Amino acid sequence: MEIVKSSSAGTLDSCDIQIRIESNEIGSNEIYLKSVVEKQFGNQIKALINDVLDKHNLKSVTVNAVDRGALDCTIRARVESAVMRAIGRESLEDWSVIHHDK
Amino acid sequence: MLYVPGSNPGMIADSMIYGADSIMFDLEDSISLKEKDTARHLVYEALKYLDFGNVELVCRVNGLDTPYGERDIEAMVAAGIHVIRLPKTETVQDVKAVEILIEQYENKYGLETGSVKMMAAVESALGIMNAHEIAHASNRLVGIAIGAEDYVTNLKTTRSASGIELIYARSQLLNAARSAGIAALDTVFSDVEDTANFENEVRLIKQLGFDGKSVINPRQIPIVHEIFTPTDEEITHAEAVIEAIKEAEEKGLGVISLRGKMIDKPIVDRAIRIIELTKASR
Repeated sequence: MEIVKSSSAGTLDSCDIQIRIESNEIGSNEIYLKSVVEKQFGNQIKALINDVLDKHNLKSVTVNAVDRGALDCTIRARVESAVMRAIGRESLEDWSVIHHDK
Repeated sequence: MLYVPGSNPGMIADSMIYGADSIMFDLEDSISLKEKDTARHLVYEALKYLDFGNVELVCRVNGLDTPYGERDIEAMVAAGIHVIRLPKTETVQDVKAVEILIEQYENKYGLETGSVKMMAAVESALGIMNAHEIAHASNRLVGIAIGAEDYVTNLKTTRSASGIELIYARSQLLNAARSAGIAALDTVFSDVEDTANFENEVRLIKQLGFDGKSVINPRQIPIVHEIFTPTDEEITHAEAVIEAIKEAEEKGLGVISLRGKMIDKPIVDRAIRIIELTKASR
């Protein structure tokens, strides 16, 4: 997957994370994280970000993330949105199915 | 039904703790045009990873006259949403168009046909005039709701404390819902500081016959629950009616009375509803 433009998603509000994505020239992904919970969850947050980048086969991007205590689902959503914007798409073409009890 | 803006991760994460019967994630009017995509992702991931318990999960999607409506429907069907709420429903065709898309995406994602339900929000004079046809438009419809802010604007008036401007619309919507055997849900009350008038409005819509009310702030939930929960007196009477009807059936009696008053079918139906409401509120 190719980055066609720099992008961002998310806010600096409490419980959110702001993600900025741009392509780089070094041939690998870099993640710079600032987080209020960096000592305890820094590696986990970076792993989540990497997971979404891998899913989209992105191999040469720089991510700047500013976390305000976001849950994992919020981190995934914000990275997903930033990636979609960076590759010039509005939405996923295929969503994985979720089953809830009713 | 608690409204939760789909763009706010903090509100989404907290939404299940307030005891709402139903949570409605909004992708429509509370989301700016430039954040439609991020809100869709946020609600989808929240539905995937958070545990909402037994709460009914509803999503208000954007209209199909926008570039976002179909994408919202696809993501929410895949996310296993229980109910898709159509905004600004005015005609049967509005319901049918969304129904076709829901079925298309149920098929795409291997879900049972009919598993995703629908709720139509009526927010204009045309929608109110067509409420009966709208309520009967699809087997997926579990309810219809009135959206008063757009409706009163369309009527060229404003909302008042008495709600006089909504009497016709509420009555029309309610009769449409009842004729179709589906739920009727009342509109939001926007001033969260005005508890007295909120209470008056909830009492009014309960007396009209509505099944519930949309709320925009968790503080409004206990007030709705308190007013809709049957009183001890109502519960005692309902239990006595059910007991009397059981006894009559056992004895083969056709007409029965309770404390000197005849018990007929409408009274039994009301007693059953009281018992059901009591169970639902516990």
